[in-house]
Amino acid sequence: MTSTTEQFADVSATTLLRFATAGSVDDGKSTLVGRLLHDSKSVLTDQLEAVEAVSAQRGQDTPDLALLTDGLRAEREQGITIDVAYRYFATARRRFILADTPGHVQYTRNMVTGASTADLAVVLVDARNGVIEQTRRHAAVAALLRVPHVVLAVNKMDLVDYEESVFASIAEEFTAYASDLGVPEITAIPISALAGDNVVEPSAHMDWYGGPTVLEHLETVPVSHDLTTCPARFPVQYVIRPQTAEHPDYRGYAGQIASGVLRVGEPVTVLPSGRTSVIAGIDALGESVDIAWAPQSVTVRLADDIDISRGDLIAPSANPPATTQDVVATVCHVADQPLAVGARVLLKHTTRTVKAIVKEIPSRLTLDDLSQHPNPGQLVANDIGRVVVRTAEPLALDAYADSRRTGSFLLIDPADGTTLAAGMAGESFASQARTTVQADDEGWDF
Amino acid sequence: MTATVAHVHEGTDAPYALSHLDALESEAVHIFREVAGEFEKPVILFSGGKDSIVMLHLALKAFAPAPVPFTLLHVDTGHNFPEVLDYRDRAVAQHNLRLHVASVQEYIDAGKLRERPDGVRNPLQTVPLTEAIQQLKFDAVFGGGRRDEEKARAKERVFSLRDEFSQWDPRRQRPELWQLYNGRHAPGEHVRVFPLSNWTELDVWQYIAREGIELPEIYFAHEREVFQRNGMWLTAGEWGGPKEGETPQKRLIRYRTVGDMSCTGAVDSDATTLDAVITEIAASRLTERGATRADDKMSEAAMEDRKREGYF
Repeated sequence: MTSTTEQFADVSATTLLRFATAGSVDDGKSTLVGRLLHDSKSVLTDQLEAVEAVSAQRGQDTPDLALLTDGLRAEREQGITIDVAYRYFATARRRFILADTPGHVQYTRNMVTGASTADLAVVLVDARNGVIEQTRRHAAVAALLRVPHVVLAVNKMDLVDYEESVFASIAEEFTAYASDLGVPEITAIPISALAGDNVVEPSAHMDWYGGPTVLEHLETVPVSHDLTTCPARFPVQYVIRPQTAEHPDYRGYAGQIASGVLRVGEPVTVLPSGRTSVIAGIDALGESVDIAWAPQSVTVRLADDIDISRGDLIAPSANPPATTQDVVATVCHVADQPLAVGARVLLKHTTRTVKAIVKEIPSRLTLDDLSQHPNPGQLVANDIGRVVVRTAEPLALDAYADSRRTGSFLLIDPADGTTLAAGMAGESFASQARTTVQADDEGWDF
Repeated sequence: MTATVAHVHEGTDAPYALSHLDALESEAVHIFREVAGEFEKPVILFSGGKDSIVMLHLALKAFAPAPVPFTLLHVDTGHNFPEVLDYRDRAVAQHNLRLHVASVQEYIDAGKLRERPDGVRNPLQTVPLTEAIQQLKFDAVFGGGRRDEEKARAKERVFSLRDEFSQWDPRRQRPELWQLYNGRHAPGEHVRVFPLSNWTELDVWQYIAREGIELPEIYFAHEREVFQRNGMWLTAGEWGGPKEGETPQKRLIRYRTVGDMSCTGAVDSDATTLDAVITEIAASRLTERGATRADDKMSEAAMEDRKREGYF
């Protein structure tokens, strides 16, 4: 392990990995997070002192590392994690943003929140219990949200005598299950978060394991490839028109490239209007460039003066998305008020917000066994279900399987602005859809 | 046209990777533009401290070559460092911005706020801040808060809805999914927006170094008359120190944060350059707030309690 000073000796050469943790209440998630932060020397003296002081005040012998992550009064009072917390730490190789998500069944929406921006999810299981319902639920959410990498951390190996066979059978069962759901990459690691085996330091108790530690894997797993190999998508956020003496004719379309690569000279189509032009220039935050890629925030200038505003999407003419007013999607319901067939809602997709109506809720998923219940009529908090939504205006929507950025949307209550549901367009659980011969007509194949 | 890329990331396996600073910058710029696109009257909280200076720099880049489409708001505690006020006024003039000032001293003089027995003015900022937001009808208020600062802030959303009393209710936060920020609010409510949510103190300093951003001099080591109170080195001055039994002395110090003089402590340091500051911070075993903020030590949930009332 490098020291803090060494860590930042070459700070310019670090990428950013966003990851989320998921685990049941007593799987040792807090201990794992605490161990990662502590052993990577990311817990500073005053934070540790504060935790020690509170732990001692409560009569505990050792500092309760969960206090590092449970930041709210109610969380500390109840000893549970209620809401997602974001943690930051770094090693010599990489910077990390950790979305620390609660494990309770009723907080599935919080795991969805954490997983929506994650490049990787760590699913924790207790080696004594193996794969349980909650593990399957976490794997299903990771698959649904299309988190590119999943780590299965088999914890508490010290309590099963560091037995290879215990780890192997759990890893096998989980890998088979998660692969069926379409999780593209699964890495299983035997650990003891309490003893520190294979979290940051390699374990001295498991000679039979030749793979990376959790931290080593986090440091080396590739990120961001997927975004730039997809077709380019550029949602227009804001039109920049200085109208000053210095820049009388400047007209630039500001936005963050959602996927792919944009090049000067490339023919583009603006959706939903379908007008075409050519990229005349790209300004990367004050600097003129020939090429830019996701997720850079840039300003694009076009060769023709055409009508473009916030909510439009610029895409290569060679590969534009289809536009539609009938959105078929999977949603995770995140609000306390239910979502019923016939509800009038707002749909926010990239930079565009449109009126919409929920036409159908064909099915609701039971995460425990992945069974589907047809026509539930409504979805309530933490439900995951299929919906058909009709929008007032056409949307340039990709399948979520192709782009997490342009295939995702929110449903919003127009009355009070509540975020009702997180939506993912197109089919769910890709590998099943692609490998199941008898996929049904609606593409609904949970 | 210039050659491709300014900050291509070296040493990775991906041809199109971004350095972590570029990724954070890109995300912050996206947040600024979302607010510009969706709100009627946004404002940037600007204290002249490093985080708000970085915010302003990012806002300038986000809308270039057009001017920043936001005004600034400063809550003046009446005990600010003169160098910082000077910096604030120069920045406003240089970029032709409009600045609103909400003054804690005016509230005290008018009898609307009472000075605390310990003389600490940071908690008194909440009332002038929230009243300025209501009176000037701001619907989006940018703050430089970072989630790495404090455990209650680690729970904060990028877009944080506040009710008509400017209150934060951590149990009723909207889930924040993907980069789809929901800024909808009723009249009288507003949204606090934190574009630096995912930045750490070190990220801020590295970005300042990379971009060559000027800072108030108090961030760099200098000799100053200070005295010790509650384990912190405070600047001596008319605001209320030293008192009897507190001995002023000259020390080589610098500030890690900039706030009210009554509760912002200095650290011993000989770091006179950006590089030296970055080396010092990378090696520090204390958090920024743990080292220099008295008000966060008032209770275990001091920040959460103040945020609930409308503090930034």
